[in-house]
Amino acid sequence: MKRTPQLLFKNRRPGETVWLRDYEQTGGYQGLKKALRELQPEQLRALVKDSGLRGRGGAGFPTGVKWSFFPADQPGPKYLICNCDEMEPGTYKDGELLQADPHQLIEGMIIAAYALQTESGYIFIRYAYREQFDHLRRALAEATAAGYLGRNILGSGFSFELHVHGSAGRYILGEETALLNGLEGKRPNPRSKPPFPAVRGLFGRPTTVNNVETLANIQHIVNGGAAWFKGLALTAKGAGTKLYGLSGHLERTECFELPVGIGLRELIADYGGGVWRGRNFKSCLPGGASTPFLSAAELDVQLDYQTLEAVGSRFGTGCVTVFDDRTCMVAVTLNLTRFFARESCGWCTPCRDGLPQVAWLLEKIETGQGTMDDLQLLKSQQRNISGTSFCALADGAMGPVDGLLRLFEQELIDHIQKGACPFERNQASGLRSQV
Amino acid sequence: MSELLSTQQIDQFKTRLAALEHPRELVVDLLLAVQENHGWVPDRGVELVAGMLGLTPLEVEEIATFYDKIYRRPVGRYPIHICDSVCCWSRGGEAIAAHLQQVLGIGMGETTADGLFTLLPTCCLGGCGRAPAIMVGRRFYGPLQTADVDRILAELRREATS
Ligand SMILES: Cc1cc2nc3c(=O)[nH]c(=O)nc-3n(C[C@H](O)[C@H](O)[C@H](O)COP(=O)(O)O)c2cc1C
Ligand code: SF4
Ligand code: FES
Repeated sequence: MKRTPQLLFKNRRPGETVWLRDYEQTGGYQGLKKALRELQPEQLRALVKDSGLRGRGGAGFPTGVKWSFFPADQPGPKYLICNCDEMEPGTYKDGELLQADPHQLIEGMIIAAYALQTESGYIFIRYAYREQFDHLRRALAEATAAGYLGRNILGSGFSFELHVHGSAGRYILGEETALLNGLEGKRPNPRSKPPFPAVRGLFGRPTTVNNVETLANIQHIVNGGAAWFKGLALTAKGAGTKLYGLSGHLERTECFELPVGIGLRELIADYGGGVWRGRNFKSCLPGGASTPFLSAAELDVQLDYQTLEAVGSRFGTGCVTVFDDRTCMVAVTLNLTRFFARESCGWCTPCRDGLPQVAWLLEKIETGQGTMDDLQLLKSQQRNISGTSFCALADGAMGPVDGLLRLFEQELIDHIQKGACPFERNQASGLRSQV
Repeated sequence: MSELLSTQQIDQFKTRLAALEHPRELVVDLLLAVQENHGWVPDRGVELVAGMLGLTPLEVEEIATFYDKIYRRPVGRYPIHICDSVCCWSRGGEAIAAHLQQVLGIGMGETTADGLFTLLPTCCLGGCGRAPAIMVGRRFYGPLQTADVDRILAELRREATS
């Protein structure tokens, strides 16, 4: 087990939070100073593009490319927004980062704001992250008092003010245009794209939305350079490290900072402590609830964007949920589909009506009431919903359904033929896990 | 019944609102402030917030009802949000939910007769590494076994009477 350089979790100590003085002592705000003194905004945008950093919020869009579309030179208000909604089941990395080291996000955001020439920013944070919300408020006050935020930052002539907005629940707020409506105090259904937020975003002004982990990487790229950042990954096309939050049937369900491109097998065995109770690996969600399942045949995959796409899934949020060999995959998919159906915002028909129907079909099959016609219906629903919804929530919901149909179709057929779930219910649902 | 917003809070919000180009961006802050004082957001709360923002009650209502952590109906002093998403489910979340319903003698969405506890299912709490998990009010608890649940309930009952 080679030790990975720690950037994002450098200051992390169990149960502690790093405040300004300690943050500065380990090199904090050096990246900001360097950026303001040595780099022009367009040089910074080019640097981030060269670094190969891709968005860590789930979609994986190259950050520098996104920034290159931003009208940084347009006069008038423009906004930078950090997305800390983090409500996709399995995903808890941004919460861990902010628990340990809130200044890291703030420094990254100030540099990003300078690169994009936005004078105003928001951190949008979910209801359940109350502690992280409080940490951010305290860290913002510290940063303002130290002159890192506010007017004429460190004498550079650049000004940036940053606010925290605490939300009140609902997964759809993580979708960036729904988030914008939420911030504006409107009913948070998604908006149509185009126009993209870079053109018409918050309050109709140019806006960039980035994930917590994406933004926290910026000062490290400034300090270490694009080539160094790229070299941190274990794949040729990858870049940087990644926060991997482990969950499900592992001995150790913790969050680790490891290279982009680490092998799934190694992550599970060396960091997750192996599949729990000495059982075998059956499947996993490699990057959150909306990423198609992998099976044991894919255990040798390296965790990166292209490599996971090549095996029919996605890197997503990089948070891995593992299922052991006693798990019923129909039951897992039913649980996931119920989540998406409940969190649907109700705006468009494929999602509002389609997801409950998928959940109903899965429930029928799981409880032994399903027929082969239901299986056909499930397949056609999956096709009908994919690509037809107003936003990406319903597409994401079809991720695990697609994985179930591709990798575990026999399991569906077994349910139908047996007229019951072939797995022992208690074990499949984990109900017996507490004894 | 406690007041919806104190005079001091109203003044503070008015100052903040006056400084904003788009006052309605504070609608969620205001609704949560009402909820913190009152336990939930009654019709009067929606009307109060609407009045402060220059919106109609209907415009505030369509926001209030969108968010699941804004309660538009009375809840107990301790709303218990039970995570039913996949990581908690995979590690015994259903047993925790069943145990809570059994020891409190109520179903999901119901409140105990003493007004202390309401059970609400919730999606992932962002504590998937500490599954199964619940959130009571805004406090996170996990990973849990049924014995932990009993201990937490006892603590909350003690807290409520002290
Ligand atoms: C239903 C849905 C939920 C999302 N939730 C989040 C989230 O919680 N955090 C996040 O950063 N991105 C989330 N996204 C992706 C955002 O829309 C957006 O792509 C992202 O914030 C961009 O940041 P990045 O490029 O730095 O990843 C979500 C997307 C969808 C469709
Ligand atoms: S897919 Fe449609 S209904 Fe579902 S969340 Fe997006 S806009 Fe709302
Ligand atoms: S699935 Fe329960 S906290 Fe994430």
